[in-house]
Amino acid sequence: MRAFGYVSAPDLPTALGAVAAGARPLGGGTNLVDLMRDDVERPETLVDVTALPLAGVDELQESGGLRIGAMVRNSRLAADRRVRSRYPVLAESLLAGASGQLRNMATVGGNLLQRTRCPYLRDHAAACNKREPGSGCAAIDGIHRGSAVLGTSEHCIAAHPSDMAVALVALDAVVEVQSLRATRRIPLAELHRPPGDTPHVETDLAPDELITAVELPALPVARTSRYRKVRDRASFAFALVSVAAALEVRDGDVVDVRLALGGVATTPWRAREAERVLLGAPATEETFRRAAAAELASAISRPQNAFKVELAQRTIVATLRRLAAERADDAEGGPA
Amino acid sequence: MTPVKLRVNGSTELLELDPRVSLLDALREHLGLTGTKKGCNQGACGACTVLVDGERIVACLALAVQYAEREITTIEGVGQPDHLHPLQEAFVREDGFQCGFCTSGQICSALGMLAEHRAGMPSVVTPHLTDDEIALTEAEIKERMSGNLCRCGAYEGIVGAVQSVAEEMSQ
Repeated sequence: MRAFGYVSAPDLPTALGAVAAGARPLGGGTNLVDLMRDDVERPETLVDVTALPLAGVDELQESGGLRIGAMVRNSRLAADRRVRSRYPVLAESLLAGASGQLRNMATVGGNLLQRTRCPYLRDHAAACNKREPGSGCAAIDGIHRGSAVLGTSEHCIAAHPSDMAVALVALDAVVEVQSLRATRRIPLAELHRPPGDTPHVETDLAPDELITAVELPALPVARTSRYRKVRDRASFAFALVSVAAALEVRDGDVVDVRLALGGVATTPWRAREAERVLLGAPATEETFRRAAAAELASAISRPQNAFKVELAQRTIVATLRRLAAERADDAEGGPA
Repeated sequence: MTPVKLRVNGSTELLELDPRVSLLDALREHLGLTGTKKGCNQGACGACTVLVDGERIVACLALAVQYAEREITTIEGVGQPDHLHPLQEAFVREDGFQCGFCTSGQICSALGMLAEHRAGMPSVVTPHLTDDEIALTEAEIKERMSGNLCRCGAYEGIVGAVQSVAEEMSQ
């Protein structure tokens, strides 16, 4: 690992000053430290932000939503009673990610900024436009079983690795970002950039900006929500395909729906095409299939990851079917 | 070099460390506490699991400078050869290890995991997320211990050891 300077920030102004001077924020370190050891990340200075007073989950009094501090650790957020009852898809997505040890370290802000697990990002012998802009993409004609089929470009097909971000994008989360200049709010759906011809530019953040919070709007449909993750082993593995879904059915029709995909796209992928097909339509297997097909219609697959197109559709259908059945059970079981 | 005050197993240690030194290397190379094992060194195997303020983390991805003034417990602080922790006794009784390389991480992880379960924290296999009481089934133990790999494959013994101690602790 290359040498770096280290400072610990006791308060936000100190942290913002350090970031403005070029320091990289260090949260739990579960991704950044690992990439520094592999010489992929080469920060000159780290500013430890884990002591900042941003570790609370608070009620948003005006809107009825929740404000999640950027330093809240994944394990704490997943265990939060309000998250478990009001946004189960978020708790499930967090619990489906990493291991107990890593969830105790990883922070919400860091999770949003983690980098792809595409093997070529770490392979200095191979081309990677994320690691060395302009060097090419070894995954396109190489090992790309885990790569994306949605939102790709000819320069990068790396899948976004976060589970949490998939749930958050389905929940219309908004990210609060601060710098010494200003505070701004970015819909999470706009934080991550598709690769285009600049795959190394992964987010909309300026170098001097720090993620300080994530806000969840009040979202009644989120009470009926689930995160379903398909992976090579039962635990502690990244998603091949994941689906975050929230569904509200009334008189047999879909009256509200939120759908997002992980493992298959270059960014946490809001499935807006599928949502368009679902909204107002009968909550039937046929509708679910049509919606899933509409979302994956724009997929561009390669030999090793072609299976993801079918797998994503089946996982969407299975997740919606289960939510619709749970809703029906609730209705039969008495007052909700 | 940065001065770092580490609190390990009840003692306070003053060290001068390069910020690159991981908590794992600080424990093993600077303090001689070699019970904590270095496996993959990238957070994937769990061999380096220690407890920080009672919570389990992997020490390989932790920079030592980040953990000043925190209460760190390693396997040396859990039990001694002549005075084993009940969980260590259970590993012996239930045949929970073969080569033993993963054992200290497994035990620290299990202690952290049992505390998480007692605090009512769910896992991804918990049937109902909102339940107040979560049964510590075999499926729960396996999922919650999935961050610790055992290349010998002593998993059945490990699950048995954790199960028996969890029952003892709840009685």
